[in-house]
Amino acid sequence: MKIIAVCGMGIGTSVLLKMNTEKVLRKLGIDADVEAADIGVARGMARDAEIVLTSEDLAAQIGDVSATVIVIDNFFDLVEIEDKLTAAID
Amino acid sequence: MTVSTSVKLAEELPEVAILTHATAADWRAAITLAGQALVASGVTTDNYTAEMVAAVEDLGPYIVIAPGLAIAHSRPSSAVLRAGLSWVSLATPVMFGNKKNDPVSLVIGLAAPDHASHLGIMSALALVLADADALSQLTEADSPARVREILAAIDKKSSQDPPLERKAHS
Repeated sequence: MKIIAVCGMGIGTSVLLKMNTEKVLRKLGIDADVEAADIGVARGMARDAEIVLTSEDLAAQIGDVSATVIVIDNFFDLVEIEDKLTAAID
Repeated sequence: MTVSTSVKLAEELPEVAILTHATAADWRAAITLAGQALVASGVTTDNYTAEMVAAVEDLGPYIVIAPGLAIAHSRPSSAVLRAGLSWVSLATPVMFGNKKNDPVSLVIGLAAPDHASHLGIMSALALVLADADALSQLTEADSPARVREILAAIDKKSSQDPPLERKAHS
């Protein structure tokens, strides 16, 4: 499975989101590639990804993609990430 | 990420990169303080401060990624001299316009010259920001020296913890 963590610049918040998502995936025992991306390249990358994780402010700018777009409110709330990922995967 | 434990956050944040209980009238002023602290520690030039403000003007207040916490940053550019951080806690929290996580009481300035050289810093930062107790102590800390003391204690604790299990990959 391929998951993309999206932020505005691709170096800051998306990297933190990627790290915390990887922690959750390890706990769940799910094998997935998580990549950090900036909003400019995210649309293209989302074509072959199953899930896109981002913040509310950026979700609208990703637009219409086939991947499931999940909005994370608190990037350090591992329970929130786990709940929303689990719901999207099931 | 195997680089994670090698970076000590206290070493990445000299006292000139830290402002405690600072006063900022609005989000622009708060980001500007974080930018000035990056400049003071030789991480960026003044242009980067303007780029961080412009990033929020262009893309919205998405940098407020947890309650009370903003990661001010822009993209790699000639205004970035090396990877680094700054730390600004605010006396009075300010609104960034983020629906879920306003108001902001801690602004962390972040600069990276490329997409890789700051990853060790990010791992160390992720560890601290995920620790709610440490974060509340850090937000209350009333001097740069105290912030560095708390960070050093966390660095020490994390270096003593056993490494994350990697059996699945070995």
